[in-house]
Amino acid sequence: MTTMTDPPQESFRLSMLLNDTRYRSYTFQFIALIALISLIAYLGSNLVQNLRAAGLNISYEFLGEPAGYDINQRLIEYDSQSSHWRASIVGILNTLLVAFLACVTATILGVAAGVLRLSNNWLVRKLMAVYVEAFRNVPVLIWIIIIFTVMTAVLPGPRAFRGDDPAASMVLDMFAFTNRGVYVPAPEFTSGIFQGAGNWLVILASLVASLFITRWNVRRADQVQEATGQRPNTLWANLAIWFVPLVALCWIMGLTWNYPELKGFNFAGGWTIRGSLIALWFALAIYTGAFIAENVRAGIQAISKGQTEAAASLGLRPGRIMNLVILPQALRVIIPPLISQYLNITKNSSLAIAVGYMDITGTLGGITLNQTGRAIECVLLLMLFYLIISLSISAVMNIYNNAVKLKER
Amino acid sequence: MKKSVIFGALTVAGMAAAASVASAGTLDDVKARGKLNCGVTTGLVGFAAPDANGNWDGFDVGVCRAVAAAVLGDPAAVEFVPTTGKTRFTALASGEIDMLARNTTWTFSRDVDLKFEFVGVNYYDGQGFMVPKDLGVSSAKDLDGATVCIQTGTTTELNLADFFRSNGISYEPVPIETNAEAQQQYLAGACDVYTTDASGLAATRAAFEDPAGHVLLPEIVSKEPLGPLVRHGDNEWGDVVRWTLNALITAEELGVTSANVGELAGAAGDNPEVNRLLGTEGNLGEMLGLDADWAVKALAGGNYGEIFEKNIGENTPVGLARGLNAQWTEGGLLYSPPFR
Repeated sequence: MTTMTDPPQESFRLSMLLNDTRYRSYTFQFIALIALISLIAYLGSNLVQNLRAAGLNISYEFLGEPAGYDINQRLIEYDSQSSHWRASIVGILNTLLVAFLACVTATILGVAAGVLRLSNNWLVRKLMAVYVEAFRNVPVLIWIIIIFTVMTAVLPGPRAFRGDDPAASMVLDMFAFTNRGVYVPAPEFTSGIFQGAGNWLVILASLVASLFITRWNVRRADQVQEATGQRPNTLWANLAIWFVPLVALCWIMGLTWNYPELKGFNFAGGWTIRGSLIALWFALAIYTGAFIAENVRAGIQAISKGQTEAAASLGLRPGRIMNLVILPQALRVIIPPLISQYLNITKNSSLAIAVGYMDITGTLGGITLNQTGRAIECVLLLMLFYLIISLSISAVMNIYNNAVKLKER
Repeated sequence: MKKSVIFGALTVAGMAAAASVASAGTLDDVKARGKLNCGVTTGLVGFAAPDANGNWDGFDVGVCRAVAAAVLGDPAAVEFVPTTGKTRFTALASGEIDMLARNTTWTFSRDVDLKFEFVGVNYYDGQGFMVPKDLGVSSAKDLDGATVCIQTGTTTELNLADFFRSNGISYEPVPIETNAEAQQQYLAGACDVYTTDASGLAATRAAFEDPAGHVLLPEIVSKEPLGPLVRHGDNEWGDVVRWTLNALITAEELGVTSANVGELAGAAGDNPEVNRLLGTEGNLGEMLGLDADWAVKALAGGNYGEIFEKNIGENTPVGLARGLNAQWTEGGLLYSPPFR
């Protein structure tokens, strides 16, 4: 008679770490992990040791000390007695400003060029191809320098505006184009109901309110259309919702314009858009715009031609086919690479020093680093900043991507 | 899994390679390499600039060549590394260059906090302002509202902010990386004023097509003692550079020139200090870890006065007077400790 017994329980032996495929992969990964940790620890201790040998240490105390240098473009109050930390904030805001402007412009340019590259018009199609190829294949630094050099060489200096018979004159007496930048009139609120930036917050709040009211208005029109088949005209109501409160607010707050005026060496008053900002902004926008154009073209070509033909057979005009049928479907292909292009713009803005634009790399990573000699600390902070910005852009754009991507049910 | 094995092996190999790097004194390094790595500016006429054939020439270059000659016996055994205001200290601290001779101002924080060692002063300077003549400005205090081109990461940048603040006037800085860029911006009228060390302004102006159309304003707003520097903590190497510079200065004081140095070094003469300097008496060279005739080799390119006159003196386009940089015996500040 035989009895049933359990199969012998195999006990764990050390050699199984190498011989048993169940464990072997873990063994090697564990070894690699240990090696990696040791390498990082070795590099870290090497750094600390070398710093100690040179009599240096890692300290962020310098951030609180007066910076001692001036910055020409500042969005917040800053003078040479402000701290290095504040100088960094000025730099961060300048980076964000140029990145935002360039992202918006590059998107507009890129979508237009991408769509036009598929145009049936031979000339338009080829022109766009030339634009895309020329800008994609030359480094962005070269474009920054080209635009900046052309601006300084072609536009007149402020001196040319002086005298009884000046060599240059202002456009409409409002805009001055000089080799130092463009001077434009600045709005000012004189009634004093709200203080300083408060005026702008009120305007912003009114615009946000208008946005929501117009959206509600359009939704209501949709409902009426579904119920009755007749779409009420929303255009005039929406225009009124946008402009009436804005004009009323400006009138109440006493809007006046501060015109730029030649004073001493420079133009004074108004807003100054510096040549360095313009060069960096345009160069980043047209360079990245060329890449976005290719993304848009790829997205559109990913949509089956049958979609266009079906829409055309319904009697839609080409413009509406693009806007209502093709682009909405193409977005799911366009958005993911677009995220990387926005990240590229933000990171490429660190080339600002080539034209003397004071972004974060110019202030914290340039002058502060140099004046204090705290290279490791400054570079670590810079890395942290760009990391945070890149991850934030990526997160926001991914939320948008989830909103527009093809819903599969 | 194969990847992780390769990765692990690479890691171990990398660690072994990194651990084998050892450091010796800079003097030994230079001798072993047979070449001196000397940091200079990216180009400032008269001080350090490559000529049409790519040979570096100038006042700061003269110091590099003297050190190379003293250590290696060959003034041409120099690898010139152009550095900007921003990259110079990193280049020196990281060991990319052995010494820096680049119109660098001796300041407390650079000496103490950045851990460098200034071995002396080869040019006593001060910060000045240059404006186009047709601007009609005669004093720096009239510059309210002006746009000023300034090299970033320099002491002049800090002095500029202090000068305008203490005078209660405003300005707009245009940050620039190198002297060449500043020159281009200034000539294009993108800035009204260019400010840097007065010697640098004179050198820059000498390269203009129309030097007479630009004036240097009378105000000198800072002290800028410019001198060569080395890393902190390598005292033997610091001594070599320091005493090479001192040898150039002492030689001028004692009347030793490139023309008569060979003759004077042939046999011991009447002046014991000349004898010690040129190695015909005593063992100063041995104390430095160099040959007895190290100063003779260093002086082959001329003494301090000769280097000055040849590169930036009054008969050159730069046209600087000796002024503060005359010997102490002639009313200047140049004063070398004795060779004893």
